[in-house]
Amino acid sequence: MTTAALDLHAHDAGAHHTSMPVPSRKLAMWVFIASECMFFATLISTFVIYRDSHAKGPGPKDVFGVPLVTAGTAVLLFSSFFVVMALNGAQQGDRKKLLRWLSLTVLCGVFFVGMQVYEFTHFVTEKHLGYTTNLFASSFYTLTGFHGTHVAVGTLWLATLLKDAWKGRIPPAKALNLEIAALYWHFVDVVWIIIFPVVYLMSLGR
Amino acid sequence: MATSALEYGHATAAKRSVLVEWLTTVDHKKIGIMYGASAFIFFLIGGLEALVIRTQLMRPDNHLVTPDFYNQLFTMHGTTMIFLAVMPISAMFFNFFVPLLIGARDVAFPRLNAMSLWIFILGGLFLNFSFLLGAAPNGGWFGYAPLSSRMYAPGHNMDFWVIGLQILGVASLAAGVNFFTTILNMRARGMTLMRMPIFVWAVLVTQVLVLLSFPVITVALIYLMLDRTFGTSFFNLTANGDPMLWQHLFWVFGHPEVYILILPAFGIVSEILPVFARKPLFGYSAMVFSMAFIAFLGFGVWSHHMFATGMGPLADSFFSLATMLIAIPTGVKIFNWIGTLWGGSLQFKTPLYFALGFIAMFIMGGLSGVIHAVAPADLQQTDSYFVVAHFHYVLFGGSIFSLTAGAYYWWPKMFGKLLDEGLGKAHFWVMLAGFNLTFFPMHFVGLLGMPRRIYSYPAGLGFDTLNLLSTVGAFLLGSSFLIFSYNIIKTWRSGAQAPADPWNGATLEWSIPSPPQEWNFAVEPIVTEKDPLWGLKRAAGVKVLPEPPRVSGEGIHLPAPSWWPLIVSVGFLTFLVGIMVKHASAFPFGPISIAGFAITLYGIYKWAYEPVDGHAPTT
Repeated sequence: MTTAALDLHAHDAGAHHTSMPVPSRKLAMWVFIASECMFFATLISTFVIYRDSHAKGPGPKDVFGVPLVTAGTAVLLFSSFFVVMALNGAQQGDRKKLLRWLSLTVLCGVFFVGMQVYEFTHFVTEKHLGYTTNLFASSFYTLTGFHGTHVAVGTLWLATLLKDAWKGRIPPAKALNLEIAALYWHFVDVVWIIIFPVVYLMSLGR
Repeated sequence: MATSALEYGHATAAKRSVLVEWLTTVDHKKIGIMYGASAFIFFLIGGLEALVIRTQLMRPDNHLVTPDFYNQLFTMHGTTMIFLAVMPISAMFFNFFVPLLIGARDVAFPRLNAMSLWIFILGGLFLNFSFLLGAAPNGGWFGYAPLSSRMYAPGHNMDFWVIGLQILGVASLAAGVNFFTTILNMRARGMTLMRMPIFVWAVLVTQVLVLLSFPVITVALIYLMLDRTFGTSFFNLTANGDPMLWQHLFWVFGHPEVYILILPAFGIVSEILPVFARKPLFGYSAMVFSMAFIAFLGFGVWSHHMFATGMGPLADSFFSLATMLIAIPTGVKIFNWIGTLWGGSLQFKTPLYFALGFIAMFIMGGLSGVIHAVAPADLQQTDSYFVVAHFHYVLFGGSIFSLTAGAYYWWPKMFGKLLDEGLGKAHFWVMLAGFNLTFFPMHFVGLLGMPRRIYSYPAGLGFDTLNLLSTVGAFLLGSSFLIFSYNIIKTWRSGAQAPADPWNGATLEWSIPSPPQEWNFAVEPIVTEKDPLWGLKRAAGVKVLPEPPRVSGEGIHLPAPSWWPLIVSVGFLTFLVGIMVKHASAFPFGPISIAGFAITLYGIYKWAYEPVDGHAPTT
């Protein structure tokens, strides 16, 4: 046996040795995100296939309103920035900074979900676009509904971490707990950045 | 790892009843054994379904079962063998051996691992429960919409299929995240990627396929469920829905799924051949890259399942060529297996018998596969028994032969006893004869024009004798597993105690006692080369290392057992069953699904806040 060939990636950081320079839970979140990409890719493709299927009932141009969704998009974009600031606070052990920015992030999540609930209600009651009215409706509601569910889950997760932070349970050593949630949050944000132009803008501009 | 914080008292562990211990275990070895035991039972059920099918087809104009029950039989046979037998038997090997092969004490997320197991078992029971209601899935394992929509498939049959597959998909995805992370991050010091045992590479590539293909079937199943339950029209032709969308989504998943079934088999055979040829695997890196290449191409060939739908010459040509390309990395693997055997000092033990059987049978399945890649030829063969012959040669002749080889090879490590060699070889010869007698005639009966999934056939078409032969073969094949079962029972009662290293193995699992102690490695191994155990023996100048002592485990830290994986799994199943039961009403969520959702959410919170100390959170 040669002894010269020891793996240089193996770092001696005491308790937990990982083969790659990344904590396992963070790696797992990246892997999960890769999988989620295929999930949303399938939903988005279906919408693109079916967006013109509205022989019966209203189509994209009859229902989509850009200003409200733009506001939602902006809120979600800002929330990604806010959660980075919160993480920075957690890593520095700055509890006030952590609480301030994390509360803002959660608020953004709540606002976005609220925006979507309002939008769906408006479409159904005012524009008479029910879930099964036509395939444009079904694929639109399914895609944005699943995205909204992801935002809701993320909001619940961040709110739980906010409660932890309030009780002082997120010291710098546990900032990873927030970092992983933030990773998920950024992903949900990125998906919306694809949905916004592909679903709303491109359907209107055609 | 040896110095991390949590140690659950072995005194308290001793007080737990055996049942509680297994229900709450997070030990990858116990989880592996439970995967194997439950999957073997499902495998026997699937085999029984096959025997009823073969009995029905034994002679022309037979009426042993009703046509509808026949539909249920072939649907459940396919679904069971793929999702409840081959995948979880592979998962047994992933669970038990990946940590041992990479020199780790457990997987990266032990509780998540337990959850995958429970969701799989509950999903399998749920699917088979449908038989008791007389409403087993009856639309084929591919569930082609709109035939699987409510209009053409009323009743709960296909609901069981949709929900069952959805449940099993979650188990696979969770395991995919877990094993991908485990392999990348839990390797022993010094075990670089290109020093990993080839089986671990096979598992890694398989998890990539799982992670990228299962989300697609998840969405397709959601659409089908919405069509069936909430009245959408994703696949409803009369409302502009496109049935081709189902086929595309299904096969974008379905073809990678084929490699999910065969790559672990490749890995097992690639572990066994070097050990029984007494020389290292020929072309290790070529083996690694050919697996990666197969996985990559595997995402670009799905439409060769759809040549008969009339996609046009451009798509047909593309998918034909892409499919033929796969023959190249597969051929590389076959030549490397032969190269491994070439000039080796072959030890003719049972695992080698099955591994050689695998190579021969898989080549035959591969050859008929290349024939299908030619679109015009495929048009003659599609939906005929020729296809049935082909995929049984790759899935039974390939996967099952290899998994059986793995069972004989690793049995002593898992249970500390060696399976009987004489019975093992009898098992092999009966299985080989039965297998070929069953499936070889199907090539001919297929080319003569017998369609698959057909309930009965009239006399005088030239199908009679060939079908009778297949039926005789099927019973011979089934009896080979009686020999296997007898071997297991005999070994259990009176088998020879296995030493730590019965085969002169090359990999780390043979360096520890059989069966391994709960913590696997008393001292964390350091790896400096491929085939580390052979290196160690070479350096010590011995053929067999001294038997490793069973140590007390004092000061070794293990993750604590937990109820939450089981509870979350039960909640999740309840949630989905609630949706299925509620399908008639306008509001989708009834009290059952709300209760299931609440249990799941509560379980996740308790899980997240359960003190685990030692394991994950500090890294």
